[in-house]
Amino acid sequence: MFANFMINAWEAATIVAVVAGIVGFFTVLRGSAFAAHALPNGAFAGAAGASLIGVSALVGLGVFSLAGALTIAGLGRRARNDVATALTIVLMLGLGDLFLSRTTEYAPEIYSLLFGEVLGVSGNEIGPTVAIGAVCALAVFVLYRPLLLSSIAPEVAEARGIRARRMDLFFLLVIALTTTMAVPVVGALLIFSLLIGPPAAARAFTSKPLTAMALSVAIALITVWAAIAISFLSNLPVGFFVGTFGALDYVGGRGWTAWRQKRRSGTTEAPGATEARSAIAVG
Amino acid sequence: MTSITADLGPIIESGFFTSSPVHVGLIVGGIVAVVSAAVGTFTIIRGQSFAGHALSDIGTAGGSAALLAGVPTLYGFVAMNLAAAGTMELIGIRRPRGRDLATGIVLGASLGLAALFLYLDTTYSNTTGATVNVLFGSIFTISGSTVPVIAVLGVAALTAMVVLYRPLLLSSVSYELAAARGVPVRLVGIGYLAALAIAVSLSAVTIGAILSTALLIGPAATALRLTKRAGTAIAVAAIIGVVATWLGILLAYDTAAWSGQGQGWPVSFCIVAVVFAFYLAVSLSTRHRPSAITTPSAVIADMTH
Amino acid sequence: MTADTLRPVSGPPDSSAFVLSVEGISVVLGRRTVLDRVSFTIAPGSFTGLIGTNGAGKTTLLRAILGLLPVSAGRVRFAGDKRSRRNSAIGYVPQKIALEPDMPLRARDLVSLGYDGHRFGVGLRSKERTESVDQMLDAVNATGFADSRIGNLSGGEQQRVMIAHALVSRPQLLLLDEPLANLDISSGREVVDLLARIASEQHISVLLSAHDMNPLLPVMDRIIYLAGGRAASGTTDEVVSAETLSGLYGAPVDVIRTHGRVLVVAGRGSGEILAGSPDPLAGLG
Repeated sequence: MFANFMINAWEAATIVAVVAGIVGFFTVLRGSAFAAHALPNGAFAGAAGASLIGVSALVGLGVFSLAGALTIAGLGRRARNDVATALTIVLMLGLGDLFLSRTTEYAPEIYSLLFGEVLGVSGNEIGPTVAIGAVCALAVFVLYRPLLLSSIAPEVAEARGIRARRMDLFFLLVIALTTTMAVPVVGALLIFSLLIGPPAAARAFTSKPLTAMALSVAIALITVWAAIAISFLSNLPVGFFVGTFGALDYVGGRGWTAWRQKRRSGTTEAPGATEARSAIAVG
Repeated sequence: MTSITADLGPIIESGFFTSSPVHVGLIVGGIVAVVSAAVGTFTIIRGQSFAGHALSDIGTAGGSAALLAGVPTLYGFVAMNLAAAGTMELIGIRRPRGRDLATGIVLGASLGLAALFLYLDTTYSNTTGATVNVLFGSIFTISGSTVPVIAVLGVAALTAMVVLYRPLLLSSVSYELAAARGVPVRLVGIGYLAALAIAVSLSAVTIGAILSTALLIGPAATALRLTKRAGTAIAVAAIIGVVATWLGILLAYDTAAWSGQGQGWPVSFCIVAVVFAFYLAVSLSTRHRPSAITTPSAVIADMTH
Repeated sequence: MTADTLRPVSGPPDSSAFVLSVEGISVVLGRRTVLDRVSFTIAPGSFTGLIGTNGAGKTTLLRAILGLLPVSAGRVRFAGDKRSRRNSAIGYVPQKIALEPDMPLRARDLVSLGYDGHRFGVGLRSKERTESVDQMLDAVNATGFADSRIGNLSGGEQQRVMIAHALVSRPQLLLLDEPLANLDISSGREVVDLLARIASEQHISVLLSAHDMNPLLPVMDRIIYLAGGRAASGTTDEVVSAETLSGLYGAPVDVIRTHGRVLVVAGRGSGEILAGSPDPLAGLG
């Protein structure tokens, strides 16, 4: 599986995992699971449309996922976020349906766009993939502190001059870009598993934010590498393994948390904590 | 009949009212729209739009498994959705972020399964259009034998909604208050999830798994921009849903006729487009009103008036 | 009652050295006038209580001061310059923040964000920051759980961490939104003592809102009493008098002082208690 033609696959997968781990950390922190699912679906429509007019799929993915991010943010001004996201996703997918109906020789490509394709990234697409990935990672690092504060205590951040709306839009755009580079490898429907499984697991093992992000990247790498390896060996779709392993990541994390809490339930927590808690209960 | 169609010329292409697939489509679409509107209104009130959407994708695993087994996809969807909805209720994470995360994980795993089944479908059963069919559906290709099943399930889900209306509304707005008043909140929650599972399955086979959220959320969201009263919202949503579905079917039929080669716009897209158009129109025209529903308590505040 | 009777009953000792000056603030939300020409100043190092029943507009006023919502009239001035939201000279402690138990963030990390959370980048280790953070954690008695997950802490502990977060940027004014709302009597007393101590040690002004002024009586320098969207400010004796409050409410009001507690009661009809908790045992023990 390390033959020449697979090198691209490994390279692309590695970049995708690193970026997914970084962006995923904030995705889970902000509770943006729905948006992380919606945007890739929208991107799928873009890829379908791109092939219709003979443009590179990457461009279609990029345009549509960015448009999706703007639509969610725009609709979200008046409607609740989850309703806005739901409406955006169906609009994008509907368009995808329309584009697909225009072409007839597209069936296998639909599948790989949705569920991933180990060999989905060709040699000359590695460059743009790395570039977009680097932009995503850089964006997150540059805005790390304000984004962290705004994600945890939005009002306090707002009082410090960090506008919640701007952070929301910014982060949606980051997810959109992550989608663009990741869909060719892991598929529109499953990039989402990479964005939430590994970070959800990582937070079980550490309470320090940067460590959690690093761990999230590590788990994402292992997940993607395992998925590609087993997909290659078994000839079964890589998406199946990404989805399953992502779920295992999450379950593993929760299991660890539960076990750790059980172990600790006999001993006292931080001094004063139990006292204060009972005092509040009495009041 | 012919004179009416002739007068309406290009708006309603000839043969629309006599076409058998159209009949099926209008009836099935109508039922599905009404059921989705009722369940969807509650879904928005409960803030569970993600779960509602996730269920349709989750059902895909069931639908594609059914295809593999040679069984009508509807049964696969229903079985999978009931199982998933039941699991969600069992896990019962209360906090929205934790709940969304759990939903997402189940969604991811199910899509992975769907990937597997669809792959096996296309490789072994030679149903090349499996992916598109399951995910995007087509109201025009519903087999006659499934129609009665759809009707029965639709009526069952609607009945459940009617029976559960008051306790469901109360427990959606305030879980604790409802429990304190003796409402069997757990049962009501399960009843709602069962109805949701059925509604999503029905719309999944008619307009496709991926697009079923449009009928679930679209008309309901539009209605909730117009009124805060839950009962009125459901009625308005049902009307919008049915009209949008019928207009969508008409649009698909017309574009097929216009293109001359029978290659019109896919009906699922048409329905979604009309639903979205309605939402935008209402949203823009109520722009200056304060946002309709932002919290569940806005609903009950209006309920007591 | 004209606006004249509602002007601050007495100004601060040296009017030019104020930390915050609210001048004729009005806020209209929808069709409701929530705040109507509210004016007061906060002097350096003072401890001010913003008192009013639920729905009187306390949170609205605080948010208007912070620039979180637009005002329909009037202005807020801060230490003489044009107040900008980026002005880290106000430390804000909201009533509640939504924290999940799984969040990978320690108390210490949250306080660090108070130090430099508005700056770009990841923020590499800095001795200065660590020292400031440690110092503030110590000031609020949070050193014991500084390395615990923020989501695992009790409500009172989280509040103390948020106070440390607000303090670490060395603000001139600490603004707290109903810090006593979810605490029992003794925890509330602890927080009030803590705030008073910090205020005097670090020469910070404190403005906090509450619906019951009694826990604050021992430490409060000045009071802003909010009713019907209008405010009266001054010392407790000046403001909490039947005369001033009747003017504020536009209806007869009695002020009952007994055993060191204050009760504000509607003078006619219902005898409804307008402010001050009616629990007779609350102040004892």
